[in-house]
Amino acid sequence: MIAAVGNGFILEGVRQLGSVAIFLVRLLGECVPALRRPRLIVHQIYNAGARSLIIIMLSGLFVGMVLGLQGYELLQRFGSVEALGTAAALGLLKELAPVVTALLFAGRAGTALTSEIGLMRATDQLTAMEIMAVDPLRHVAAPRFLGGLLAMPLLAAIFSVVGLYGAQLIGVQLMGVDKGVFWSQMQGSVGLHNVTEGVVKSVVFGVACSLIAVHEGYHAAPTAEGVALATTRTVVASSVMTLLLDYMLTAAFL
Amino acid sequence: MVVDVRGVHYAVGGRPIFAGLDVQVRRGRITAIMGPSGTGKTTLLKLITAQIAADRGEVRVRGEDLAALSRSEIYALRKRMGMLFQNGALLTDMDVFENVAFPVREHTNLPEALIRKLVLTKLQAVGLRGAAELMPAELSGGMARRVALARAVVMDPEMLIYDEPFVGLDPISLGVIMRLIKHMNEALGITSIVVSHDVRELATIAHDSYLLSGGRVAAAGAPEQLRASDSPAVRQFMTGSEDGPVAFHYPAPDYATQLFAADES
Repeated sequence: MIAAVGNGFILEGVRQLGSVAIFLVRLLGECVPALRRPRLIVHQIYNAGARSLIIIMLSGLFVGMVLGLQGYELLQRFGSVEALGTAAALGLLKELAPVVTALLFAGRAGTALTSEIGLMRATDQLTAMEIMAVDPLRHVAAPRFLGGLLAMPLLAAIFSVVGLYGAQLIGVQLMGVDKGVFWSQMQGSVGLHNVTEGVVKSVVFGVACSLIAVHEGYHAAPTAEGVALATTRTVVASSVMTLLLDYMLTAAFL
Repeated sequence: MVVDVRGVHYAVGGRPIFAGLDVQVRRGRITAIMGPSGTGKTTLLKLITAQIAADRGEVRVRGEDLAALSRSEIYALRKRMGMLFQNGALLTDMDVFENVAFPVREHTNLPEALIRKLVLTKLQAVGLRGAAELMPAELSGGMARRVALARAVVMDPEMLIYDEPFVGLDPISLGVIMRLIKHMNEALGITSIVVSHDVRELATIAHDSYLLSGGRVAAAGAPEQLRASDSPAVRQFMTGSEDGPVAFHYPAPDYATQLFAADES
């Protein structure tokens, strides 16, 4: 029985993966025509990005402050509190900013995307577009996918900046680490490749989270329960996928 | 013949919806598709608009077999159709003006001034020019349906499809929608397919009518012919009687037995 359940689970997983892959190919095909309507994409960047700013900045600040506290406490044991700036910057740029931003994005913008598209399906808006000979994939899905994809690296960058300010606030202002040392150590030890790693991760997470959110909304059952289930699946799948991809990308960059 | 449905079979999850359906819609006429709930009226519209494909049989629109058309050919065909959805299906992130302008912006490169004139003309025709700046959430059900009608005709389609246009409307809105359907047909020569189970309303505007039952056409002809039919199924539907071939009660165990069993438990 366990084998049967396992087989069923694997089959369902493969089926789901195939469905997402086909959807991605169709979506990418519609992204080029969608680029001719920059207004739609800018609107979606505003929805997914600007509207997530407060939660991203608040989280960035607190994560940075925690890094400052924990880092100071740890480095103090080895008498190397000067390295606090470097530790905070590397932790934020390479790991925490892209990952935490993606998790917050899945919870804020991803759920909004899924429920919006799911409700459009449930209220026949997508069918109405089809009947008007307008492909909803081009008009609804592609701009939202591109908007999410472009918003993610921007949000991760803002997370990093605010996080560094938070770490500096605790390390320099509260714990008394020398301001010059804090920034100069960071400047000396953080290279472009570290920034690139973070940017690549946030772009990949942007593709994954936006794709999952749009796919789930587009294929949601046209009922209240269907939209609720799709929204839940978006958060779960995006979070798991973010952490899985994070491990793979970290290994690739080593 | 604008629409020609011949010998169509269609099933959902093993449950047959149509078993050899034949429906013909003639150019320039209002054709009513009637039948009790669950007989597949909306499914027939989905077949005609190529949202779904028949399992067997043939659906032709303007002489073209829908099963043989590519996606882009289906889209080209749909540009000649308009459809009024039961709930209006207005795009909720746009105001009334933009909803009506939507197909024009998508399919043409008309200058903004011309789009404005076109949209205002259509909104004037449905009496909602003054509501151009309202959002769909601010409209009543009847108003939403009139906006949807303006949107459906903004590209001057050859054929208009109405899915349950009278459901849930107050008498004034119902009268307005009926007059609009008739006006669109008479003034613009638009072929219309109206799916509904409102017999009295349809009888006053339809030229031809079909009554669906059990996956087939139970009766066809002018509304007066249907009313004069001897068929028990047609008579039951036209008179709204509880007694007849179409059972009011969903199949269930014996009423008394079930009631007493509930007491004992």
